[in-house]
Amino acid sequence: MAKTHYNLIILGAGPAGLTAGLYAARARMDHLLIEKGAEGGQILLTDWIDNYPGFPDGISGFDLAEKMTVHAKRFALNSIFANVVSMDLTEPIKRLALEDGSSLSCDTLIICTGAHPRPLGIPGEKEFIGKGVSYCATCDGPFYRNMHVAVVGGGNTAVQEASHLTKFAQKVTLIHRRDELRATKILQEKAFDNPKINFIWNSTVTRVSGNEGVEELYLLDNSGKESTLKVDGVFVLIGVLPNNEMLPLDILKADAGGFIPTDLETRTSVAGVMAAGDIRSKEVRQVINAAGEGATAVLAAEHYLTNLS
Amino acid sequence: MASDKVKDVSDADFLSVTGSDTPCLVDFWAPWCGPCKAIGPVVEALAEEYEGKVAIVKMNVDDNPETPGKFGIRAIPTLILFKSGEKVDQVTGAVGKAQLIELIEKAL
Repeated sequence: MAKTHYNLIILGAGPAGLTAGLYAARARMDHLLIEKGAEGGQILLTDWIDNYPGFPDGISGFDLAEKMTVHAKRFALNSIFANVVSMDLTEPIKRLALEDGSSLSCDTLIICTGAHPRPLGIPGEKEFIGKGVSYCATCDGPFYRNMHVAVVGGGNTAVQEASHLTKFAQKVTLIHRRDELRATKILQEKAFDNPKINFIWNSTVTRVSGNEGVEELYLLDNSGKESTLKVDGVFVLIGVLPNNEMLPLDILKADAGGFIPTDLETRTSVAGVMAAGDIRSKEVRQVINAAGEGATAVLAAEHYLTNLS
Repeated sequence: MASDKVKDVSDADFLSVTGSDTPCLVDFWAPWCGPCKAIGPVVEALAEEYEGKVAIVKMNVDDNPETPGKFGIRAIPTLILFKSGEKVDQVTGAVGKAQLIELIEKAL
């Protein structure tokens, strides 16, 4: 019979989970890392990571994911591909239910399920996903060669990806609801200097319309004035929502946004359960934070296991 | 990104593969696409589970510009289900296994 109980289960293989996996494997802990898709998490959606220390020339999200995976596997990381659909954290032995009907249990759990792009939630958005509405500039940018695309958002992701899209698109229009960008200064400078990027300030998108694909965005500015913008595609980059559908949010005391609060050692309100990376309730969501929290969480798990025995 | 378990189709043999009596699911992907990689293991598992009932194949959109253009693909991964050469339905993005099964079952 296959092994079903582990001292430590790590859920999710983004930068937090892969770092946790690296630390757990290197410490020779009895561990299992569970991922439902591919190792890397959201960095797979990022074209370029310019601020991860140790890579002075920057690195693509794809390559960093690969390197983190190879690094963790060097220490005999134990990992599987599976989809956890629910869990019971009310007993000292934590139980995870998998999509295929089987279950796994553990003494300590590190939740690294991450986050996914937040949709606008406007008419037309859902029906044009894959037909002009995108949440991943790295994936879909090449389909817009010599076309006009819009980017919605004003944070780091929106501004960085607007610059990236100019490699393909003839024109990129960044639509932001405020009159200034929230993105870090170096990204702003790059965007303002790029002749292919123009800006529509103080405006929100209220509707996506088209026939076979996206053709037009309906805009509303802060003064109440409506207008339309002809585009071939729109990239929605307005922040993230937590991947928490498998988590018992009440006993983990999730915040109003559905993220999981922890102490400085990444311990949640449930003894033996840690949370690391973008799923944590926090202000800053960077790759480096996620990796650091993954390491912290394994040390917290080790500490918990020591006291248990 | 699916592995060798999922056969490659090209612009050249696309019509013959999707036009057969066996329903066919085509995974449009590219090597530079993270979510395509993410959906890979799921597509692979389904290829095994539906062996003999549904042909599950992949098309690299970098190498085959014609077919993705014909189907108006502007995002990947996009998976399109065909029955006797006709498009039944499609999904886009790194969706879960349950959603892909729901799609595949539409042709059975």
